[in-house]
Amino acid sequence: MSDVVISVRDLTKRFGDFTAVDRISFDVHRGEIFGFLGANGAGKTTAMRMLCGLSYPTSGSGTVAGYDVRTESEQIKRHIGYMSQRFSLYNDLTVWENIRLFAGIYGLSKTQTEERATELLDRLNFSSERNTLVCSLPLGWKQKLSFAISTIHRPEVVFLDEPTGGVDPVTRRQFWEMIYEAADGGTTIFVTTHYMDEAEYCSRVSIMVDGEVRALDTPARLKQQFAAESMDEVFRTLARGAQRGE
Amino acid sequence: MGVIDVHNLSKSYGKVLALDRVSFSVGRGELFGLIGPDGAGKTTLFRLLTTLINPDDGCAEVDGCDIIKDYLSIRKRVGYMPARFSLYPDLSVEENLQFFAALFGVTVEESYDLIAPIYKQIEPFCTRRAGKLSGGMKQKLALSCALIHRPSVLFLDEPTTGVDAVSRNEFWDMLAALKERGITILVSTPYMDEASRCDRIALCSEGRILGIDTPTGIVRGFDKPLYGISAKNMFALLERARSEEGVEDCYPFGEKHHLVAGEGFDEERFKAALADVECLEIVSTEPTIEDMFIKLMRR
Repeated sequence: MSDVVISVRDLTKRFGDFTAVDRISFDVHRGEIFGFLGANGAGKTTAMRMLCGLSYPTSGSGTVAGYDVRTESEQIKRHIGYMSQRFSLYNDLTVWENIRLFAGIYGLSKTQTEERATELLDRLNFSSERNTLVCSLPLGWKQKLSFAISTIHRPEVVFLDEPTGGVDPVTRRQFWEMIYEAADGGTTIFVTTHYMDEAEYCSRVSIMVDGEVRALDTPARLKQQFAAESMDEVFRTLARGAQRGE
Repeated sequence: MGVIDVHNLSKSYGKVLALDRVSFSVGRGELFGLIGPDGAGKTTLFRLLTTLINPDDGCAEVDGCDIIKDYLSIRKRVGYMPARFSLYPDLSVEENLQFFAALFGVTVEESYDLIAPIYKQIEPFCTRRAGKLSGGMKQKLALSCALIHRPSVLFLDEPTTGVDAVSRNEFWDMLAALKERGITILVSTPYMDEASRCDRIALCSEGRILGIDTPTGIVRGFDKPLYGISAKNMFALLERARSEEGVEDCYPFGEKHHLVAGEGFDEERFKAALADVECLEIVSTEPTIEDMFIKLMRR
């Protein structure tokens, strides 16, 4: 298997005469935590939708987990994990029902589902909550469960779209420890966030402005490049020059 | 006596205790921040103070008016920007503004000087439908509408959530300018880094207030030595550091982990014990609001 899990070249998406994503190119390697940053309206969501097989690129090429974003979008959907703050678990289903639902969607067999659900619940110390309705779980638990479920089919790469919005500082850190652990185990993490301190946790960070990737490097080298104290400063320097809003 | 006075305010929704005997006071012209995550009770507090719901227990006054008895007077005096965009998406920018002016029996002209610094930025789009505006522009229109009747107190519920770092900064500049005009502002945010823009803050969690002070006062309350540590493998470092003697807490914090030193911590011994860790660095560091929040939550 190749070490490159996501590879895009000149990937572009136009809506009419508006170029939402303008020839972006980058590679993401196995086990990397890749931070995908940009101001509102910079084109992050559109780019992410193309990478998840939900939107067809206007031009350019790319592969995700070995599958072509132009011709194999169904394969991509099966081989990636996805989690966001807005869409995670079904509140009126139990923990177990949520696991079974998502495992089914990801195409796991009954035996596999049972096996991995048990392993997952053990690992999270959740076994006693198997039949608890998700709505009655504390937010921090929901988040962990949601991340665990998004990786239940052992995807090579998991996309996290603002996974920690509105979460308290303790839970936010517990969540990042899960991300670290998963990356340490070889899962590639592609994450967007509005918290600039979280950008510092990433192996590499890309910053989109006006549909283009304007900066891409490790947080340390980006700070050096922009003579900035923090990623917040790097981000502001770049985003301030943005020509377009949302 | 403050402009906002809250005494032992409590509110439950069924079995869920959303607000648990909360008390605080905000002075005239103060920019007061409620800092806390989802579920801290921030929105419930706003809904109580803007008289949209009644408390189960406790009492509160806003600009000298009781939130139960004098609810009609309060509604005339306060401006409220709810967390969810609540303007009319099918009305244009200027129609929304005129609509809110009419509701309060004022004209846009009378209040124009107050809203101008904010409204001028969206005025070129005054005929555009509000639903077609960008997030940052919606935010500016909502703030203009909340100010149209020249309220003495402004309630802003998470105005910067989901907004990028640049627009967030701009928004806080606008609030600072409104404060200069004598408006009392109660604002909530889940972003700890915005706390320093407030005169005073209340750290909120699960219906309670964990602490109230100026941002510097809050930080001063952090009474343990704090270190920033880093190494080549940051994840492995967390586990290692936590198992060392005298390490009270260790958690990711931006490019470094923060290590809270308890009794019996010795920097030299710590370095010696982790001598095999590649690229280990440890430096003494200043605590932030977020360190204090974590400390109070762990208690």
